[in-house]
Amino acid sequence: MQTTILYIGRNTEITTVMNRLLNARPEWKGICVCSDDEAIEICQTNEIDLVLLGNGIDAACEKALRARLTGIKTELKIIQHYGGGSGLLYGEIMTAL
Amino acid sequence: MSQFILHKANTRGHANHGWLNAHHSFSFANYYNPERMHFGVLRVLNDDLIDGGMGFGTHPHDNMEIITIPLAGAIAHKDSMGNSAVIKNGEIQVMSAGTGVSHSEFNANADEQLNLLQIWLFPNKKNVTPRYDQQTLDVEARHNNFQQILSPNADDAGVWIHQDAWFSLGKFNAGFETEYKIKKAGNGVYAFVINGEVTINGQVLSKRDGLGVWDTDKISFKANTADAEVLLMDVPMELN
Repeated sequence: MQTTILYIGRNTEITTVMNRLLNARPEWKGICVCSDDEAIEICQTNEIDLVLLGNGIDAACEKALRARLTGIKTELKIIQHYGGGSGLLYGEIMTAL
Repeated sequence: MSQFILHKANTRGHANHGWLNAHHSFSFANYYNPERMHFGVLRVLNDDLIDGGMGFGTHPHDNMEIITIPLAGAIAHKDSMGNSAVIKNGEIQVMSAGTGVSHSEFNANADEQLNLLQIWLFPNKKNVTPRYDQQTLDVEARHNNFQQILSPNADDAGVWIHQDAWFSLGKFNAGFETEYKIKKAGNGVYAFVINGEVTINGQVLSKRDGLGVWDTDKISFKANTADAEVLLMDVPMELN
């Protein structure tokens, strides 16, 4: 079964890399966006298993995002993604799931 | 009562990509061990051997303090902030990835293997402006001494980072004994043996072994061999 992972970042270059990395594994389906509104819309229309918060999201935006996302799906797992690449990604996702 | 965790060299994660032979003290890339995720804010300790002329193409980082210590050979670095440099043994490089930075790292020599330690710490502040620095260290100053090479303070010895962490390097004569006092309450020390054999808090450590010690304010140290060389990483045990 595929795990659907939503990545929300601000840096378009990192978002592109994350899209490639998440979709490189058959067990993961990655959706990567830079816009909070787009992330909310995707969460409303897709069965998201895990949300990764990437770079550049300030504290106020993160608080609002978490509230909006868990408002859609109470038990949604939301974690911080560090590093911006493949180094920590697998461990972060395995730990969260 | 102090606590410790011992990571013998041969229990590290290992990935041999041909041009890159990497040993991971903590989970990294495809090496995943839930019991080896981090030591406090120390998240990555990679011991990389890179073939001549080979390296990592341009790739991004964010929200991580990245420290590179070449042990042998030289590394050519280029980044999206406009920095282009060669860092060799006896120098240290630091990059605060913050909101995002891209860089490439290659073995600067075509006919010599590069051995480096790459160390990632979680930052104490997210989304900082990316920055880069490198420094040439006075190698003689670490003879029978833990020479500070990194701190949280821009005006202190060594490079600085966005974290309450202090790194020290030492190279010791056989039989040399000393104590290391932890710099900040709540910090622990992760000792990584670069060369030789040492005893820390009664634990005998060989080349590339790691020992994490916490819930204490100091550690005891003894060099058992003439070529003993150790990196101490004094880091917060609580994640920010």
